[in-house]
Amino acid sequence: MTRPTIRFAAAILALTALALPAGAAERFITVASTTSTEQSGLFKHLLPVFEKKTGIEVRVVAVGTGQAIKLAEKGDADVLFVHHKPSEEKFVAEGWSIKRLPVMYNDFVVVGPAADPAKVKGMKDTAGAFKKIAAAKAPFASRADKSGTHLAELEFWKAAGVDAKTASGQWYKETGSGMGPTLNTAAGMDAYALADRGTWLSFTNRKSLEIAVEGDPKLFNQYGVMLVNKAKHPHVKDKDGQVFVDWLVSPEGQKAIAGYKINGQQLFFPNANQAGA
Amino acid sequence: MREIAEGFAAALKMIARLDADLVQIVLLSVRVSLSAVILASLVALPLGAALAVFRFPGRRAVVVLVNALMGLPPVVVGLVVYLFLSRSGPLGFLGWLFTPAAMIAAQTVLVIPLIAAVARQSIAELWTEYEDELRSLGVGPLRTLATLIWDGRFALLTAVLAGFGRAAAEVGAVIMVGGNIAHVTRVMTTSIALETAKGELALAMGLGILLMAISLAVNIAAYAINEAARGRAAPEKA
Repeated sequence: MTRPTIRFAAAILALTALALPAGAAERFITVASTTSTEQSGLFKHLLPVFEKKTGIEVRVVAVGTGQAIKLAEKGDADVLFVHHKPSEEKFVAEGWSIKRLPVMYNDFVVVGPAADPAKVKGMKDTAGAFKKIAAAKAPFASRADKSGTHLAELEFWKAAGVDAKTASGQWYKETGSGMGPTLNTAAGMDAYALADRGTWLSFTNRKSLEIAVEGDPKLFNQYGVMLVNKAKHPHVKDKDGQVFVDWLVSPEGQKAIAGYKINGQQLFFPNANQAGA
Repeated sequence: MREIAEGFAAALKMIARLDADLVQIVLLSVRVSLSAVILASLVALPLGAALAVFRFPGRRAVVVLVNALMGLPPVVVGLVVYLFLSRSGPLGFLGWLFTPAAMIAAQTVLVIPLIAAVARQSIAELWTEYEDELRSLGVGPLRTLATLIWDGRFALLTAVLAGFGRAAAEVGAVIMVGGNIAHVTRVMTTSIALETAKGELALAMGLGILLMAISLAVNIAAYAINEAARGRAAPEKA
């Protein structure tokens, strides 16, 4: 071989060595969860505490509740941690998990432009506010991605007796994206939107958006955790997964959840011991 | 617009601080896209050369197909690779999903058509020059392909760099099969998507500027290697 050929071969070899994937992973579990838990920063606060105690690395795939459930059903996650109780109960009923455990709650807020064209600011009745928004044909940005927040929003439209879908593309804007992108859209077009308080508090690109409706008991947003059933997917890391589930609902895990604050505001309220949650 | 100016400030701050998380994200980006481009080139360069040289029935259809696949949407590649690598899919037993290996696989699939199509174009030009000579020497098909790829290596670098650009810039495929897991599969583009989602536009912009800077650095390096190699190769031929 000529010298340039040797150099060329050496360069390729060096590049390949640099490019090769790093060594095999250590002990870890995969958790399918929602964008709200990731984007609010909760996991960043919670996981180091858990990892330090147990040595189990938690890998979070943060997507909408609909996609998270799909991932778990396909066996691509060991633990499912989401927030839409009817979907979670269906998940258990279909045998994908043995048991659902309540973990914590936060609440939804309706945010809207400071100018408040639908005159809903300060209302305590979400369905009533939605009715006024529809009547005023004020822009509303919907997640429209089958996430827990989107499913909750649809229930409010139903309660308001409004078929918002028919106004899709007009005042009803279906973004088909996560909470953050939907808030970016709402901020950009002065639209109302339903958001989880955690994402809202940590969201910085608000422009004229502010909270319009809050404090309605119906805005309550419960999170549940489920270990994927080993009988359905034999490769599920049930032991380490169970350690994580148990820790979340333990006094220690619950205390860690309560300890997460943004600007002094608590974002998630642990309620693992509340019956029926 | 303010965010763009703030983005430059954020990028400078990130480079100055060089915190461990950022370094990890940058290295993973480079590692994944570089691996994908090397693997893709191993397939795509011979494929492009074969399409330029050999005449067989349906060749035109294959050429058009490869050209069309240059426009593959990354998210579609991500979806298909996800379905293969899912535990419920045919390759689920590998356990690659949500690891860098899955991201490399997806980007490899994504850039093979691009590298093959561009390579075919430049080797076709070379072939018109070489055809008579190689034929008269009675060189076999494999040897012909190897000769064309070797002699066309400087032009082919452009095809490979185009592939690297497409791989490093895409977000749809890696977010689907990688899952954007912090410290495991988070790369530049998925970080930008995440920071944008969080409304941290200046930070996202800063990461974007950094990504462009890295892309620029890779291209400068490739250009320099190319020039140096050309300088060495020229006297040898003379």
